[in-house]
Amino acid sequence: MSNSEVEIVVDDPTAPEADSPDVASNRVVDVVVSLLLLALAATLGWDNWRTGIGWDSTGPQPGYFPFYLSVVLGGASLYGLVAAFLSRKEARETFVTRAQARRVMAVFVPTLLFCLLTQFLGLYVASFLLIAGFMRLVGKIALWKSLLTAVAFTAVMFVTFDIAFDVIMPKGPLEAAFGY
Amino acid sequence: MEAFGLLLHGFAVLLTWKTLVLMMVGLVLGIFVGVLPGLGGPNGVAILLPLTFTMDPTSAIVMLSCIYWGALFGGAITSILFNIPGEAWSVATTFDGYPMAQQGRAAEALTAAFTSSFIGSLVAVLLITFLAPLISSFALKFGPPEFFAVYLLTFCSFVGLGREAKHKTVISMSLGLLLAGVGMDTVSGQLRMTFGSAELLRGINFLVAVIGLFGISEILLTMEERLALRGHAAAISLRVVLSVWKDLPKYWVTLLRSSFIGCWLGITPGGAIAASFMGYNLAKRFAKDPDSFGKGRIEGVFAPETAAHASGTSALLPMLALGIPGSGTAAILLGGLMVWGLNPGPLLFVEHKDFVWGLIASMYLGNVVGLILVLTTVPIFASILRVPFAAVAPMIVVSCAIGAYAIQNAMFDIWLMLGFGVVGYVFKKIGIPLAPFTLALVLGSRAEDAFRLSMIGSGGDMKVFWSNGLVGSITTLAILLLFWPVLDKAFGSLGRLWRPAKVAG
Repeated sequence: MSNSEVEIVVDDPTAPEADSPDVASNRVVDVVVSLLLLALAATLGWDNWRTGIGWDSTGPQPGYFPFYLSVVLGGASLYGLVAAFLSRKEARETFVTRAQARRVMAVFVPTLLFCLLTQFLGLYVASFLLIAGFMRLVGKIALWKSLLTAVAFTAVMFVTFDIAFDVIMPKGPLEAAFGY
Repeated sequence: MEAFGLLLHGFAVLLTWKTLVLMMVGLVLGIFVGVLPGLGGPNGVAILLPLTFTMDPTSAIVMLSCIYWGALFGGAITSILFNIPGEAWSVATTFDGYPMAQQGRAAEALTAAFTSSFIGSLVAVLLITFLAPLISSFALKFGPPEFFAVYLLTFCSFVGLGREAKHKTVISMSLGLLLAGVGMDTVSGQLRMTFGSAELLRGINFLVAVIGLFGISEILLTMEERLALRGHAAAISLRVVLSVWKDLPKYWVTLLRSSFIGCWLGITPGGAIAASFMGYNLAKRFAKDPDSFGKGRIEGVFAPETAAHASGTSALLPMLALGIPGSGTAAILLGGLMVWGLNPGPLLFVEHKDFVWGLIASMYLGNVVGLILVLTTVPIFASILRVPFAAVAPMIVVSCAIGAYAIQNAMFDIWLMLGFGVVGYVFKKIGIPLAPFTLALVLGSRAEDAFRLSMIGSGGDMKVFWSNGLVGSITTLAILLLFWPVLDKAFGSLGRLWRPAKVAG
C-alpha cells in the first residue's frame, strides 16, 4: 500500500525494555494504599470526633458530616484491603517494571527538585534549569537547543504572567537583582 | 421563543474582536493539548485555567470552553493519523479511522471525524439551548433537601453505574468529600481537619488538586510508555471536504442515532467513552454488511465521533442548569466558574444572563470556528508530534506549577500539587477512578451545606428527604442506583429462574 503522503516517524531510543523485571505487583501497592487510606480515615475520624459529631441547638455539629464520611472511607479501605489480599489476579499484575520505574523517576526527581528550587530561587530560574536540564540530560537533546528552548519558554511565561496578566509568581535573588 | 432572543443577545455579547481572538487562541491551545501525547480535555483545561484568572468571566469561560472543543478535535487527529487515541473516547475512532489513513484516505477520514464532531456538538448545544433554561427554572423551586437529593443521585449513580470496582469508587468519592471539608467550616466558623497547620486553614483548593491529579500524574504515566510513533501526514483539500460533505446525507441515520446516544449518556455521569463505543457498535449492528467495519469504513468514523462529541458537550447541560458537572472536564470548568465568584446552578440563569447566554453562544461559534480551523491546519498540528516529549514534559510541569501557585499565591500549593500528582499516578495504576474524586471535591461543601440546612429545617429528621413527591422520588432513585449492581444481579437470576420454566411449560 504505497501512497504519496509523507510519513511522520518519531523514535524513542530510551524506551523502557519490555522484559524488565517487576518492582512491585498491583496487589502489594493496593495493600499499601489501603493501609494508608485506613490510617487517614482513622486520623480524620478522630479529629472530627474531637470537633463534635453530635447535635447542638443549631443542628449538626461541624464534625458530623465528615465523621461519617471517614467511617465510609475507613470501611471501603478495609474492604479494599481484604479484597487485595484475596485477589489472585492483582498479584499477577505488574504495578511497575524496573525500567518503567527508572523512567518515571527521571521525571519525578527533576520535578521535585524544581519545586525545591522554586521555593529558594523563584519560579523562573527554576523553570529555566528544569527545562534546560531535562532536555539535555534526560532527552539527550543538543545543548544549544535545550538552552534556547528553556530561555524562550521562561521568557514567554514571564512576559505573559508577570507583565501582561499581572499574575505574580514566586521570585528569588536573580529577579531581585533586576529590580522585580 | 425567549431562549432564541437571549441567544441572539449572547451572540451580540460575543461578536467583538477581543472575544473572537480569545476564541481562536483557546481553540489552538486546545488542539495543541489534544494532539500532545498524555494530555487531553481535563488536563488541558486544568493547566491552562490560570491564564484566564485575570480576564472577565465571560471571556474566560469562552476561552476555556474553546480549549475544551479544541482538545476534542485534536484527539481525532492522533487517532486517525497515528493510531494513538489521545483520549479514551477516541479509541473507537481508531478502528476505522486508522485503516482509512493506511489506505491513503487520511484526509477523508479526518474530514469525516471533524464534521461529525461538529454535528454531534451542534445537536447537544441545541439541546442545551432549549432544555437548560427549562430545567433551571424548574430547579429554582428546589430547597436544600431537593438539592441534597440531586447531589446524592449524582454520587450514587457513579458508584452504581461505574465500571470500576465499587469499593474503589466509594474510596475515591469519600476521600474527595472529606478533603473538601478541610479548613474553616462555613456554617459554624470552626476549624476542621487542619491539625494546627496554618497552610491547611485555606482548605484544599479544588484546582490545585486537579492540576496535580491530571497534569503531573499524566506526565508520570506517559513516561512509562514507549513514546515512539509512526503515522501518516495529511493535508485536507477543499475537494475532499466537499465530496465527504456531499455524501453526508446518506449517513443521516447513523449521525442522528449517535447524537441521541451521546446526548443521553453525556447528561448522566459516565459519559463520552461509553457513548463512543455504543455509537460505533450500534452503527455496526444496524449496517447491512457489518464485516466491512474495522477495515476503513467512513461510517465507522462518523458514528463514534458524533457520539463522543455530543456527550462531551451535553455534559455541560447539568452543570449549567443544576450546578452538577456531567464529566471530569465539566467539573473543572465548574471549578473555574467558582474562582470568578459565579455560583453555578439554577440562579445562574437569572442573575448572570449575559454570562450564560454568552457561553451557550460561544459553543455554537466555537464549534464553527473550530471546524474551519482544524480543516485548514491539520498538517501543522500533526507535525507537533515531532517535538520530543523530553521538551514537552518540563514545559507542562512548569505550566502546572504556575497554575497551582497563581490560584492562591501560595508556595504550599505547589507542594500540594506534587503530592496530588503522585496520588493520581498511584490511583490510576491500581484502578481507583479519579472522576468521582474530582466531582466530590468540587461539590463537597455544597452537598454538606445542603444536608445541614435540610437537617436544621427538619430538626434532625431524616424523613425530610421523603417529605414530598419530588424529593422522595429523587432520593429513592439515588438509593436504587447505589444498589443497582445488586438489583441487576437479583433480577437477572430471577429471570433465569423464570425462563427455563417457560420453555418447559
